[in-house]
Amino acid sequence: MRVAELLMAIFLGLLAVAFMVKSAQLDIGWVDGEGPGPGAFPFWLAAGMLLCCIWIAVRWVLRSSLPAKSTEVFMEKAALHTILVVAVALTAMVGLVHWVGMYVSISLFLLFYLRVLGKHSWALTLSIAAVAPVATFVFFEGLLTKTLPKGITEPWFEPIYRLMYG
Amino acid sequence: METLGLLAEGFATATLGGDFIAQNLLLVIIGCTIGLFIGAMPGLGSVNGVAILLPVTFAVPPTGAIIFLAAIYYGAMYGGAISSIMLGIPGASTAVATTFDGRPLALAGQADRALITAATASFIGGTISVILFTAFAPPLADVALAFGTQEEFALMMLAFATFIGLGSDDIAKTLFSIFIGLALSTVGLDIVSGQPRLIFWDIHGFLHGINFLVLAIGIYGIGEMLWTVESSQKGITVSQATITLKRIWQGFATMATTMKATVMGSFLGYFVGILPAAGATPGSLMAYGVARGIAKDPHTFGKGNPEGVAAPEAANNAASTGSMLPMLTLGIPGSPTTAILLGGMVIWGLEPGPMLFVEQREFVWGLIASLYVANVFALLINVAFIPAFIAVLRLPFTLLAPIIFVLCLVGGFVPTQDMHDVWLMLIFGIIGYLMRKLDYPLAPAVLAIVLGPLAETSLRQSLLKSGGSPLTFFDRPISGVIMAIAIVLFLIPIIKAVMRKKETGGQTA
Repeated sequence: MRVAELLMAIFLGLLAVAFMVKSAQLDIGWVDGEGPGPGAFPFWLAAGMLLCCIWIAVRWVLRSSLPAKSTEVFMEKAALHTILVVAVALTAMVGLVHWVGMYVSISLFLLFYLRVLGKHSWALTLSIAAVAPVATFVFFEGLLTKTLPKGITEPWFEPIYRLMYG
Repeated sequence: METLGLLAEGFATATLGGDFIAQNLLLVIIGCTIGLFIGAMPGLGSVNGVAILLPVTFAVPPTGAIIFLAAIYYGAMYGGAISSIMLGIPGASTAVATTFDGRPLALAGQADRALITAATASFIGGTISVILFTAFAPPLADVALAFGTQEEFALMMLAFATFIGLGSDDIAKTLFSIFIGLALSTVGLDIVSGQPRLIFWDIHGFLHGINFLVLAIGIYGIGEMLWTVESSQKGITVSQATITLKRIWQGFATMATTMKATVMGSFLGYFVGILPAAGATPGSLMAYGVARGIAKDPHTFGKGNPEGVAAPEAANNAASTGSMLPMLTLGIPGSPTTAILLGGMVIWGLEPGPMLFVEQREFVWGLIASLYVANVFALLINVAFIPAFIAVLRLPFTLLAPIIFVLCLVGGFVPTQDMHDVWLMLIFGIIGYLMRKLDYPLAPAVLAIVLGPLAETSLRQSLLKSGGSPLTFFDRPISGVIMAIAIVLFLIPIIKAVMRKKETGGQTA
């Protein structure tokens, strides 16, 4: 917990510095007739973020905040394992959207999660993995007319579109 | 009298809807049911439901959309009690106080009594608060109509100050959360100069800014689910409840004994709910404390006193209505859930603030009337389907979690139709989850990203008018008073720290 507290403060502090550098490329002073320049607001906000991170780090050194005093582990091994698996699966799902599209990606994610992590029966797993993309399609493309990315599966949808709009 | 006439029109909107008959009534019923389910699921509360399902509402007109989301908000307040009582795990943070006496009642075989008490207290709390809302909202909006940019900015400072002065979280981390929320809202094209800002690595996706939903779904969808995945690894036991008409009737018959606690909780919850940093969770905890304080038999609290269920349940429903008051009249959300509703209003093309009461009468009064209607339906659905909601509690979490993750993915894509935002959402979700583990409060960030664009515009316009002098915020009477209150709130932690030092210093001397 102690280590995690400091690492997070450093990480967020670096983020704040990045924000400051980036907004300092714009005008952060007073522009005549326009008021404060476009970079001013983000610059001072990021400066505030940085100050907070320094404050958190100082208290870490002084051991005056709760997480800085804590001797607990940040994450139990079993929990860390589960969270990592879920986080990787989520990243894979989002990544796959670019290649195989939203619908196939959703289906694969559900297959993995329900069968491997949930240990549900094949019948339940397969039916949810099949129904979810169809329901998503009907609701978002049918009702809302918002197209979702399809990647290489684009041609599969041509007959359906012909049916819907043709 | 005018208020009553407008309310009557609102009822027509709430039940009939604009286009086809009963559409909005149907949305209320569906919203209440979804809200009850979400509230009953341990870990998920109104804010998660509203964040994840907001993209779904693009299918209906704005009035219908907000009625649907408000019904979810409302239903979740009822539903939270179900898992508090049956599992001893709060269904949402707003129902924490309900476990104190609800769980002992369930363990003593009186789960049905606790559930009925919770439902009726929620109903009374909801009704009292909607009546208060109807009475207070129009005059407050009238006052707010005279507000200029200085007052707008002062109000936002006040909203952020409540997190510092009244919140219980670490000050440095709360401030950080406010700053990062505001900073994220500045990404994209600057409204005044038209220049692109904070376009990291020249990624094109940053040009259209960071939609608040990307952060909200990241934190309240992905982050919250990761949190629940971690904490749901241990097993749970569901209490049994026998629900018969006779026992329901008996539950209603004993309502009189909890009436004092219910009415107290309703008023307290409503006023606490108006404050941005407070809301339903502290409101219900405070109501529990006060109920114990004024009870004749305070020693029975914590051992299964129905009053200990009634007071917090009345308070959390009342607080959810209370938090809508500043959202509709001032454009300042009173809770994370209303912050998301406020962001939603912007997406639907409505400008939040007092002008709503003038320009969007149908929307405002339709929403208010729908709260009355939602209250009745939430009570009916809750009581009628208690067994179904108890069955929900037995659903394995590994079934629900992946479906919610999928909803987050699609919901993160739909508002901007850009995969860039889905990636951002995933990153926000994972970092948000880690930050939450280190006690960083995240609600201020969500509030800040919603209010950010308006805060910046009002600050820059005010400074432009005054030629750069920040004293402009103190020249005008209303903004001066609001600013002064905000400054006092910001200073509260320092005053507290100094006083504590004096005390300990006095003891050692």
